[in-house]
Amino acid sequence: MMENSFNDITAGMLKIISDYDINEGFKGAYNIREDSACAGRQSSENITIAPKSDKPGIDIIVKPNTKGETVYIPACVTHTAVDDLVYNDFHIGKNADVVIVAGCGVHNEGEEDARHNGIHRFFLDEGASVLYKEKHIGTGEGKGLKKIDPVTECYLKDNSRLEMDTIQLGGVDRSTRTTSAELAAGAKIIVRERIMTDNAEEAVTKFSVKLNGEDSGADLVSRSVARGNSHQAFYSVVEGNNRCTGHSACDAIIAENGRVDAQPALNASNVDAELIHEAAIGKIAGEQLLKLCSLGLTREEAEEKIISGFLK
Amino acid sequence: MLEIQDLKWSLPSGDGIINGVSFKTKGGLTVVTGPNGGGKTTLAKLIAGVETPTSGKILLDGEDITGLSVTDRAKKGVAYAFQQPVRFKGITVRDLLELAAGENMKYTSLCDLLGKVGLCAEEYIDREMNAALSGGEAKRIEIATVLARKAKLSVFDEPEAGIDLWSFSRLVETFEEIRSKNEGELIVISHQERILKIADEIVVIADGKIRISGPREEILPQLLAGEYTCSCPKRG
Repeated sequence: MMENSFNDITAGMLKIISDYDINEGFKGAYNIREDSACAGRQSSENITIAPKSDKPGIDIIVKPNTKGETVYIPACVTHTAVDDLVYNDFHIGKNADVVIVAGCGVHNEGEEDARHNGIHRFFLDEGASVLYKEKHIGTGEGKGLKKIDPVTECYLKDNSRLEMDTIQLGGVDRSTRTTSAELAAGAKIIVRERIMTDNAEEAVTKFSVKLNGEDSGADLVSRSVARGNSHQAFYSVVEGNNRCTGHSACDAIIAENGRVDAQPALNASNVDAELIHEAAIGKIAGEQLLKLCSLGLTREEAEEKIISGFLK
Repeated sequence: MLEIQDLKWSLPSGDGIINGVSFKTKGGLTVVTGPNGGGKTTLAKLIAGVETPTSGKILLDGEDITGLSVTDRAKKGVAYAFQQPVRFKGITVRDLLELAAGENMKYTSLCDLLGKVGLCAEEYIDREMNAALSGGEAKRIEIATVLARKAKLSVFDEPEAGIDLWSFSRLVETFEEIRSKNEGELIVISHQERILKIADEIVVIADGKIRISGPREEILPQLLAGEYTCSCPKRG
């Protein structure tokens, strides 16, 4: 174990993105990344975190049958002119069942851009189960852009299960999120994504899921709120190459001059592939505002409540 | 007390839906009834502030609230149960009830409240008020949000619509309880004989006007007599 050493900005962001307790710290295995360097690392008996030798990043190795452990891998960029690139690989052993908390915060007070680009690969062995939780936030008043561009590749072996719960809170100027997954027999991927953009922010989400194994399944739900002059784009491709079930849904609220594009695609190459997509874009329903106003909320309070519920 | 003075409301096309309605409640339970399309729901919306009258006045305890927004009327003590419950993605039953009550609620209070509409709190408080709820469940939660407000004046638009017999019986008891404990004035739009039977006052609206109104003892026998003699329009 190495001693933790990070600045106050990171401390503040860790609290938001990964429920970090300044007194208690993290329990179990963790790796804290700050401005392209390691600011704290600890392995546990069942979860080993090791730095890569050929490029920036870490290998997270979870032993087979590990149950109920949580591993934290937050990453923070705390000043301008940082372009952080990191490769993290997760190897989840057979029948393990763990939680991974991976938030990212970018703080920029300067003129130049600050960026975190995390390239994550998940290798789930047979019967493994992962709940992956990720929060993204941008802070600071600098003119430089705050950018977060995660790339995630997932390889799910037979009967494994990956649940991704991702949320982008305000303040991220540019974000391109690219997620791809290949599923073997009986494997399941569940994605819950929520993105809020305001001002001139832009967020792009690209999903590509290949349902290769018999009885594999995917459920992707993206909820977005685009306010101000912000813009969001949602692209998804779900491929059904075997008997499988795939569902994707893009549900967006636009306000002021916000813009949302949704382009879902379904490709089926097997007669027993059951693929469904739903997409809805619209403003907050007038009747929802009326109902909350009839409980005594002002129009602005009602809007906030509806949006925070929608993105919960 | 609510007083409506010569209230009118027209569609943008100019067709009159409420054509000069005046009445004054006397506390307790006032049931507004009448044929479909007669203007009852519009009248409820005008009272809640969801629609703005073309002319006329609405007074609550003598204060003119005609120009107030939905929010301001709510703050003055007007509660309104929508005929069609509104659904929200991500907002739970507990969230809605607490917003309505204006405070965080203990589990026992939530139990009491949902019990009044025949729902079990344990099963419902953490569920989202979304399209996964059946029509009857959503309707009962909608009613509970109004009961939670403990308002000076509560307006219910066809509370019986879509709810089962058992829940309806429980709801009738709740209305009786509010009335007997003097916990606020009720205006209920309804066609149900069981609700008409517990009314203090009955107002019959047809073609956007009051056809008859007065104490239940006087009005209900006329309505019930009419039901048998005029059940078929062709027979008169």
